[in-house]
This record gives sequence, structure tokens and C-alpha cells, in this order.
Amino acid sequence: MFTHSSFDEIEEEKGDDSFDMHISVSDPEKVGDGMNAYMAYKVSIKTSISLFKSQEFSVKRRFSDFLGLHSKLASKYLHIGYIVPPAPEKSIVGMTKVKVGKEDQSSNEFVEKRRSALERYLMRTVKHPILLKDPDVLQFLESSELPRAVSTQALSSAGLLRMVNKAAEAVNKMTIKMNESDAWFEEKQQHFENLDVQLRKLHASVESLVCHRKELSVNTAQFAKSAAMLGNSEDHTALSRALSQLAEVEEKIDQLHQDQANADFYLFSELLGDYVRLIIAVKGVFDHRIKTWQKWQDSQMLLQKKREAEAKLQFNNKPDKLQQAKDEIKELEGKVEQGERDFEQISKTIRKEVSRFEKERVTDFKAIIIKYLESLVQTQQQLIKYWDAFLPEAKAIS
Amino acid sequence: MMEEVKEVTSTLSVDIQSIKVTEVVKDGDTLTFLIESEKLSGTGVYHVDRTYDDFEWLQQHLFSQEEVSGIQGVIFPPLPVKAQVNASAKVIKQLGILGLGEWQAYCKAMETFVRQIAAHSILGKNNAVEIFLTSSDPPGRQRVRKNIFNRLSQAMEGMRKEGHKDVDEFFQTERDHNLVFTGCAKTAAERFLDVVQTEQKIAVACGHFSTALRLCVEQGEDPDKLDFSKVCVKLSEVFDSIQKNVTSVAENNVSTLGLGLDLESRYQEAEKEMLYRRTCKLVELETTRRNAEKAKPVKKAAMEEVKKAAETEFDHISGVAKEEIARLQAARVKMLQQALVQWCEKQLLTAKESADQFNQHLQAFRGMA
Repeated sequence: MFTHSSFDEIEEEKGDDSFDMHISVSDPEKVGDGMNAYMAYKVSIKTSISLFKSQEFSVKRRFSDFLGLHSKLASKYLHIGYIVPPAPEKSIVGMTKVKVGKEDQSSNEFVEKRRSALERYLMRTVKHPILLKDPDVLQFLESSELPRAVSTQALSSAGLLRMVNKAAEAVNKMTIKMNESDAWFEEKQQHFENLDVQLRKLHASVESLVCHRKELSVNTAQFAKSAAMLGNSEDHTALSRALSQLAEVEEKIDQLHQDQANADFYLFSELLGDYVRLIIAVKGVFDHRIKTWQKWQDSQMLLQKKREAEAKLQFNNKPDKLQQAKDEIKELEGKVEQGERDFEQISKTIRKEVSRFEKERVTDFKAIIIKYLESLVQTQQQLIKYWDAFLPEAKAIS
Repeated sequence: MMEEVKEVTSTLSVDIQSIKVTEVVKDGDTLTFLIESEKLSGTGVYHVDRTYDDFEWLQQHLFSQEEVSGIQGVIFPPLPVKAQVNASAKVIKQLGILGLGEWQAYCKAMETFVRQIAAHSILGKNNAVEIFLTSSDPPGRQRVRKNIFNRLSQAMEGMRKEGHKDVDEFFQTERDHNLVFTGCAKTAAERFLDVVQTEQKIAVACGHFSTALRLCVEQGEDPDKLDFSKVCVKLSEVFDSIQKNVTSVAENNVSTLGLGLDLESRYQEAEKEMLYRRTCKLVELETTRRNAEKAKPVKKAAMEEVKKAAETEFDHISGVAKEEIARLQAARVKMLQQALVQWCEKQLLTAKESADQFNQHLQAFRGMA
């Protein structure tokens, strides 16, 4: 078990602008054949943080290693109030295609999507000041050999959601409702409920946008083909040339549409997807707090019962049983104190975590938006080049 | 009171370049087009309102000019399909790019139709054109007498005449080329429409995203909340800009190249119809020749007369057709050039404006503490 006091100092570290650690996940490589095959990814780390033995190093990891890491972190930190970043989703269909050796656009897209997700997952994990120092994280990043992770079912986001829903049911079944003396928690819980709904809407909206962009790319390519055919059948030389140029410009624009669709997807869609899953983890820690409170209450109720029983025994004068009762009470008093400390600690942790979360999301969103705007500007500048080149061709028809 | 159309040719009293369809008015299910044209005398402007039926009236009059020699060799400026409020899916498909939006492209196409007719060396002389443009009363909705180009009856005869071998190499080549080209032009116009419609979908999706972002603004004075709200608001402004850009790109597409490809496609069809009429006449001619040959002495002289008349008419038609084909070729190259140049210039301007706007947003975000 980890003592909580040592964490307090670490938490007050400097701001995250100068977070000096960069992780990239790259070079997906298929290892093995058939259904036992898997993808190995190169995880490269560049950092000047003294925790690490070197400043630049890399290791090879497979998807189940990431899931294993998450599973360990979740089991250690979730129940004491830390928002552990969720692991990327499993996909049986996507992975099977890769295993079977189907090298087509959709399986390449799948690998790229996964690679990007793994990278974001690691960056989010190491940005957490507590998780960064966790020995499992350090081992994951530095160790050349990693024991195979088993039971990686644990705590996929689907699993987490199930757990959260079960906890919510349990709360509703509680005989004594939690007396929320701290309005902050009630407000925040509502806030995250709302945020969940809004993020899902945004995510759906972006997915629709990505879909239409891909459609535009397909339609542009089709139009380019038909323009080329027009150019080929055209007798008038200059017009024929201009139409062929038109076809070429449209093909180039098609490529721009594809790039833009990728930007829409990899920047926004995945960001929003990540945050939808993060919110599930946040809801999880809130529920753990309620569980912790419940445990404390249960201990208190048990103590009360034991005290009543002790009073009865005293009245009936049964010295042996009395001593036993006194011992049990002492133990329970300890449990109640611990329960109260646990509850206070998790409440404190959650407050810090939520604050961290709110700051992080501003930083995250800003960084993504800037990248996105850069891609938008670049696209327009490319278009300007294409139109500038085409104009004289169009004017030359006569 | 309806003016009677005299079968007299006349010169148009308006400046053809000034003819404009200024707007379209919806009255229940009817669309009324307001047409303006400047008097050549410089003394003012004609304002008339016309429905689709009036346009058809004009077209029918022109079709039925049997007294004009070789009229069947004319490539008639194509009239767009009838626009309807709450049109069926079939009509919408037929309209193509002209059916988009609030009929701006459609008005332009109708305007082009009138201008082309007015400027035509044969058709422009028909009095019906003057009446159409200047008469304050609608020209009338009665059915004009049967026109010689009843497509329906020709279609019923079957298009098997379409493949009938020509006697003139020029025309055979032209027919072969037109067959290929009509298909290409139609496909290009349809695919361009697909592009525009997808752009419109993207614009709508951007609007939804922008709205959803504004709903993420959170209440409270918590600085982190305020920061995030600010990010959401600014991002929604970005997507408003993206929406504006895509909408602009789509509008540019429609108003220049879209109209151009649509007109090109319809003109190729019009030429196809003319060539088919001529081919039908050729078949008729060959029949009269056979009849003259096979005729019994008693009928021979009469058959010869019929044959000679058919030959003369066919020659006239071919003569007019050759001129029309040359005229169309020159006109369409000019039209497509104009469309491509305008299209390129408009898209270039839009791209520059958008690059500026996106850059401004980018600087604003970078500057955000």
C-alpha cells in the first residue's frame, strides 16, 4: 500500500508548460504468423527528467502490454481517487484483419489509429505526476523485457462503464443515502454528467463531419475522372488541355480533402473520444468515494451495534464475553478512524485530480486546435497555389 | 388581352446583353420570373413577369416556324426542365445543379435561354421574342398548333434511325462525336453536382458542431471553467469560419463551372436532337427516292416532284446545320473558357480570404494564455 502523505509534496510541482518528456509510438511491425501474430510497436522516450536512467531510449511493446499497464495502474489508484487514463479500445475485427495478413487501406488505417491512440495514452499517463513515478510505469518505459500481461479484460472502458453503472445501482439501493455535506462534490458530479452528454454530442458531430469529408474526397476523384474524359473527347486543343489540367487540379484537391479528413479525425474525433472515455474514469472515482463513505458508515454502524451489545453484556455480567466485546470494539474504533481518514483522503485527492483535469483539458484542447488551424491554413495555401497555376491555363483557351 | 403573333420577322427593340432575370417570386406552387431589358432607344426599361408556361409558349412558337427554310437544322437553345416548388425526386434529378438553393442558378439558366434565343440569327427575328420580352400581358397559355418537333412521336418511332448511316462524312463524324460527348458532358455535370451537394452537407455539419460547442459553455467563475468556456466559444467561431468557407466554395462552384457544365450538357443534347431530325429527314429522302424510282409511269412525275422537294429541304437543313454546328463550337469554347476562368478566380479569392481568416484564428489561439 502506498502512503498518501508522500504524494502531497509531489502534487505541488511546477506547472505543466515545461513538461519535459516526449513519447512517440512508431514503427508498427508484425511479429509471427496467423492467429498468434501480433503488432510490435516501438516506444521512444526523450526526456531530461532525472527519474530515468538515460535521456533517449526506446523499447518494443505490444498492445497487451499497454492494457496490462493500465490494468495495474487502475487497480492501484482508481479506488483512492486518482483519474487513471483509460487504455485504448480493443478491436477484434481490426486485429484479425492484421493477423490474417490483409494488407489493405482499412487495416493500415486501423494500425495507424491504434498507434496514435497508444501514443496519446502514454503521454496522458506520464503527464500525471503520481503515475509517472509509479514503478510499473517506469518498468514499462525502460525495461527491455516485460512479462506478458494476462487477463487484460480488466477495466476496458466497457468494463469500467459496467462497474460505474453497477455502483450507481448500489447507491440507489442504499438504505441511508449519503449526506453530501460538501456541495462541491454534488456540483461537480452534475457538471461531469453534463460534460459527458455534451462531449458525446460533439463526438457524434465530428464523426459526421469526417464521414462527409471522406465522401467529398470520393466525389472529387470521380469528378476528376469525368473531367479527364471530357478533355480526351474534346477537339479544340486549348480547351482539351485546360480540361485535362482541370482533372489534375481536382485530383490534387482530392488529396487535400483526404488530408483534411485525417486532420478532422485524428485531431478532433480522437480527442473527443479520449475525453468521453476519461469522463467515465472520472465518474468511476466519484463512485469510489461513495463506496469509501459507505465502508466508513458500515464500520460506524457495526461499532454502534457492538457498543450496544457490550452494554448488554455488562448489564448481564458476563466477564469473558465482555472482554472479547471490548477487544472487538477497539478494533472497530480503529477501523472507523481509518474509514474516516480514507474518506477525507479520497475527497482531497479527487479535488486535486479534478482541478488537474480541468487544467489539462484546456491545454489539450488548445494544443489540438492550434494543430488543426495550422492544417487549415496550410490547406488554403496549397489551394491558392493550385488555382494560381490553373488560371493562366484557363485564360489561354481561345 | 393577348397579342396575336404575326408571322412577320422583326428586329428586337431591346439590348440583348441587358436582358436579366432579376428575381423569382413564389406564389403558392407557381414560380414567376421577373425579366428586365433595356430599350435600345435608351428611353427606359421593360419589366415583365413570366411563368414557365410563357417560356414554353416562346419555345413552341419557335419550333413551329415551318415557313423558315431549313429550320430543322437549327440547334435550339435548350430550355431547362420545369422548376417546381416541392418538386418530386425525379424532377430534382432532372434539374441537377439548377435545382439547388433558392433558384438562383435556375434564374441564370432561364436568362441565358432568353439571351441565346434573342441573339440567334434566325430565331431572334421571330416576333414572339419581342412579345415575350416587352408585352405587359403574359403571352398566353394556349397550346400553339402542333409543332414539327414532337419528340414524343419520334420517340415512339424508335431511335433506330439514330444509327442510320449518313451520306456526308462531316455529319457522320459530327454524329459520332456528339454521341460520345453528350455522355461525357452529362456525367461531368452530374458528378460536379455530387461534389457540390457533399460540400453543402459539410457546411451543415460544421454548423451543428459550432452550435454544440456553444452549448459547452459552463456557468461559474472558476478560472479553469472560464478558460475552457473561452476555448469552446473560440473554437465554435473557427467552425463558423469553416462553414462560411465551404459554403462559399460551393456557391462559387454552382455559379460558374456548375452552370457551365450544365449548359454544355444541355446544348450537346440539343445538338443531338437536331442531328436526329436531319437523320430522320435523310431517311425520308431516301424513301422518296426509292418511291420515285419504283413509281409507275402514271405516278412518276408526281413522285419526282416529291423527291425534288425532299432533296431541297434536306439540303437547306444540312446547310443550316453546318452553320449551327460551327456557331455552337465557337460559342461553347468561349462559354467554357469564361466559366473556367471565373470559377478559378472566385475560388482563388475565397481561398485567400479563408487563409487570412484561419490565420487570424490561429494567432488568437496562440496568443491565448
